[in-house]
Amino acid sequence: MSFIPNTDADRARMLEVIGVASPAELFHDVPKEHRFPLLDLPPALSEQEVLGELEALSQLNAQGGATPSFLGAGAYRHFIPAVVDALVSRSEFATAYTPYQPEISQGTLQAIFEYQSMIARLTGMEVSNASHYDGATSAAEAVIMSLNVAQKERPRVLLSCGVNPQYRAVVRTYTQGMGLTFGGDENLANGIDELESMCDESTACVMVQYPDFLGRIPQPGRLLELAGKVHACGALLVAVVNPIALGLLVQPGEWGADVVAGEGQSLGNHLSFGGPYLGFFAFRRDHIRRSSGRIAGETADHDGRRSYVFTLSTREQHIRREKATSNICTNQSLNALAAAVYMASLGPRGLRQVAELCWHKAHYAASAIGEVSGYSVAREQFFDEFVVHCPASVRRINEKLFQKHRIIGGYDLSADYPEMKNAMLVCCTEVNTKENIDRFVGALEDCRHA
Amino acid sequence: MLEPLIFEISRKGREGVSLPACDVPETAIPSELCRAALSLPEVSEIDLVRHYVRLSHLNYAVDTGFYPLGSCTMKYNPKANDAAARISGFMELHPLQDASTSQGALAVMHSLQTMIAEIGGFAAVSLQPSAGAHGELTGILIMRKVHAAHGQTERTRILVPDSAHGTNPASTAMAGLEAVEIPSDARGNIDIGRLKASLDGRVAGLMLTNPNTLGLFEENLLEVTRLVHEAGGLVYGDGANFNAILGVARPGTMGIDVMHFNLHKTFSTPHGGGGPGAGAVGVTRELADYLPGPIVASADYTATAPGARAEGRVGARAGKASGRALYTWCMPAKSIGRIKSFHGNFGILVRAYVYIRMLGADGLRAVAENAVLNANYLQVRLKGTYPVPHGDRTCMHEFVAQGKLAEAPDIRALDISKRLIDYGFHPPTNYFPLIVPEALMIEPTETESVETLDRFADALLEIAKEASTHPELLHEAPHTSPVRRLDEVRAARELKVTAG
Amino acid sequence: MEYRFDETVRYAKTHEWVRVDGTEAVVGISDYAQDKLSDVVFTDLPAVGKEIAKEKPFMVIESVKAAEDVFAPVSGTVTARNEKLIKSPELVNKDPFGEGWFVRVRLGNAKELDSLMDLAAYRKFVETL
Repeated sequence: MSFIPNTDADRARMLEVIGVASPAELFHDVPKEHRFPLLDLPPALSEQEVLGELEALSQLNAQGGATPSFLGAGAYRHFIPAVVDALVSRSEFATAYTPYQPEISQGTLQAIFEYQSMIARLTGMEVSNASHYDGATSAAEAVIMSLNVAQKERPRVLLSCGVNPQYRAVVRTYTQGMGLTFGGDENLANGIDELESMCDESTACVMVQYPDFLGRIPQPGRLLELAGKVHACGALLVAVVNPIALGLLVQPGEWGADVVAGEGQSLGNHLSFGGPYLGFFAFRRDHIRRSSGRIAGETADHDGRRSYVFTLSTREQHIRREKATSNICTNQSLNALAAAVYMASLGPRGLRQVAELCWHKAHYAASAIGEVSGYSVAREQFFDEFVVHCPASVRRINEKLFQKHRIIGGYDLSADYPEMKNAMLVCCTEVNTKENIDRFVGALEDCRHA
Repeated sequence: MLEPLIFEISRKGREGVSLPACDVPETAIPSELCRAALSLPEVSEIDLVRHYVRLSHLNYAVDTGFYPLGSCTMKYNPKANDAAARISGFMELHPLQDASTSQGALAVMHSLQTMIAEIGGFAAVSLQPSAGAHGELTGILIMRKVHAAHGQTERTRILVPDSAHGTNPASTAMAGLEAVEIPSDARGNIDIGRLKASLDGRVAGLMLTNPNTLGLFEENLLEVTRLVHEAGGLVYGDGANFNAILGVARPGTMGIDVMHFNLHKTFSTPHGGGGPGAGAVGVTRELADYLPGPIVASADYTATAPGARAEGRVGARAGKASGRALYTWCMPAKSIGRIKSFHGNFGILVRAYVYIRMLGADGLRAVAENAVLNANYLQVRLKGTYPVPHGDRTCMHEFVAQGKLAEAPDIRALDISKRLIDYGFHPPTNYFPLIVPEALMIEPTETESVETLDRFADALLEIAKEASTHPELLHEAPHTSPVRRLDEVRAARELKVTAG
Repeated sequence: MEYRFDETVRYAKTHEWVRVDGTEAVVGISDYAQDKLSDVVFTDLPAVGKEIAKEKPFMVIESVKAAEDVFAPVSGTVTARNEKLIKSPELVNKDPFGEGWFVRVRLGNAKELDSLMDLAAYRKFVETL
């Protein structure tokens, strides 16, 4: 089925109006030798058959709903209240286009305005955009924004090695044509002290992550000092943050961040094997004209009704073309809607409670794992992820954890930090029950000699 | 005001969701780490639901009515797609799980890579980019790296037709290259003379949308791609208009070296109010090593050169996803690098997969044939009343009319568009492409019935009459929408972009 | 369409005007330019002390639908900028030759004025557009 309503009779009538004998004749501009190729594709299936096939394939996946999972590292299992999917799947939201005709798109526009407002409040920043693709590309856009604020006169970018390795890779991919130099993340030992000393007048921005990829929380007071030094150099401080953690922890607006980026998947969006996710992006109002991504603003209509419209479009590609602040067009609008519904359904107390549950469960797990012979837990202050130094390779431990115990273990850090052999990044969120955690700890003990 | 802001519905102490109690002993949280306050809405679930349901009622959507936005391909979004994305074995899958516990998802991705390669005539595909513009940046970075690998770093220019979408020059600039505009000729094709004059050793490539944003198939396509290749350049295909030639032509066989596909246009995934989408990128054999990664490989394959990361061959034949092969991740040997986190918008990819499986080769061709038929039908019905600059040519899946009426010189495309809203239609794309003044770009898609097309044409013809007899109806339109025309100047001057 | 013109200024092909005042000059954009831009929402005025060079862009002016470069009609150093435009960008539309001025500059080379158009020449030029 191809969802085409017109019948042969309809088509015959239309062909007559146009004055051709068959639809094939309409393709006379296509080079003859390339017209109507035979495509080697599987034969068409009915809806029933396709969904049946996919159900079967899905059974080959072990998913954390059925299987206890302690895997985080940039994508997180959180409980999504039923109300989120119920509202986000409404076809008035899901099958609408970008609201370029605002008179008939106030649903989308007001929802985006509310999302922007919630992100601004969560991060403590003055302005938020309507989304980027994900945390990694949002971080890349933050770097580009810093370059624009510096009028393209500062070609150096400092990255903390605590920033998610995938994000640092995407930042480098995005900027490979811009003649930049990078520093800071060449050495795992580099901390805030080193970033401060490396910052100079050739630096456009310094990027830190909070909590960082290894789970650690720098002290807000220390970050405020870093911000002071960064600003004294004339650079911007970019903060990559965990939005669930912000239900509890001091917001980056309080410690001097200029641009805040991060992954909003934790806010009401399913894991979905890596996407679609949500890059949130917030910044100081002073820099709004250098920012990227759509922004919804408030106005009034012809009759004075309060209403919403995309504004500052002159930053964007459809108007500014090669001088636009970014090439972004399609964003993650529906995922932003899910995040807004999630934040509104939890409210400030609910979001804090989720963050606290993550904290307590992770600290309980860390404490228990630390008691298991052969395992030791990193000592730094953490939120809901922590590093466990294991007695054997994480790969082998995870294999045994899954095959024997049907548990999905934590992330193998040696892939990204070669000096961290046998180091596992363990994550506990509010969905990990005490029973699961105890089972995990017991299983780790069993896997000591993997 | 139609609907209060959620912050205005908020009342202190109200709560939505309830959470379980903590089942583990608590660990003290140092107070200096904690934020003082967090201002988010406090609403009960019923108020939350009513708020968003009422907001949804203010939206026009494909599921509401006709949406003839040129170059957006607002076709029907099959609900089977959504059902597939919601299967819990996909929806709850963590992207960093070991490949052995994600074979079903990897199989879907591998199959989609293969099918898109087959449909487009390419050798390899990456499903990582999140959108068309993201695919464009990917493609231009690939071209840049290929030239650098051959020592040709002086190739810093990308030729972009004057009818190109704004993302084309914007992506070029992001890649650190210079966009050089090439004009269109009187027939709506690329001006071959000007193309030849611009092709030299400084050109990295040409970005081509085919059919172009005038809705026309490039009549000199093979010559254009040949000229670019002869000058040492590469050709990028912007696939925004691919719906016109699905199953009818394969760009990869006609000289396109790298191309993005908009899965949220051609392959029926829903637009979501502005996103998410997916911008799969296909490349020729010569460029396959440069794709962003990781991509999915099937393990009936061995690594080539020592030191090269295990390279993925994208399946021996296009085929349905099978759980039996062992699928793995691999990073192409000369990859431009990772272009986003994880692997791509899987929830969107699985929707496109379902669509292609339900259509098959014949169904895909029927899509293009009906899309082009519908557009030509509308063009014939309208061109006597509205100027259609290239109405003498067969259009593809869309055509550009002008919102200009000889008897009503004060009426503009904007007025006609806003009046269409009163007739229950979403307006076509306005004021694009830039090369046609008062442009109305109309793309019906194949999923509209002839009755809908007739109602739309009738409405436009009626509006043309109103333009002479009651112009104020147009100037003041829309009258029946939830809000009237908005003061965009005030929005830009006051810049109120957060609540309270 | 009836455009306004000012007889005390000289005009550039890119629609900026210059009004000489001793060794300094005031710079703005013409009525034709403001009409084409439509409602101005923001002017990105250069800092005092900035050097501007004839025919090179020295600032950006923004409306709802466009962001255009403004080209320096003469070379010089910026000595003052019209701070009123920050709160009231609409002055550019209302009074482009008066209250809507952009910057004062200390003239680098008075000879540059010779290649600019007078009112008659500019009026003729606008008629061809």
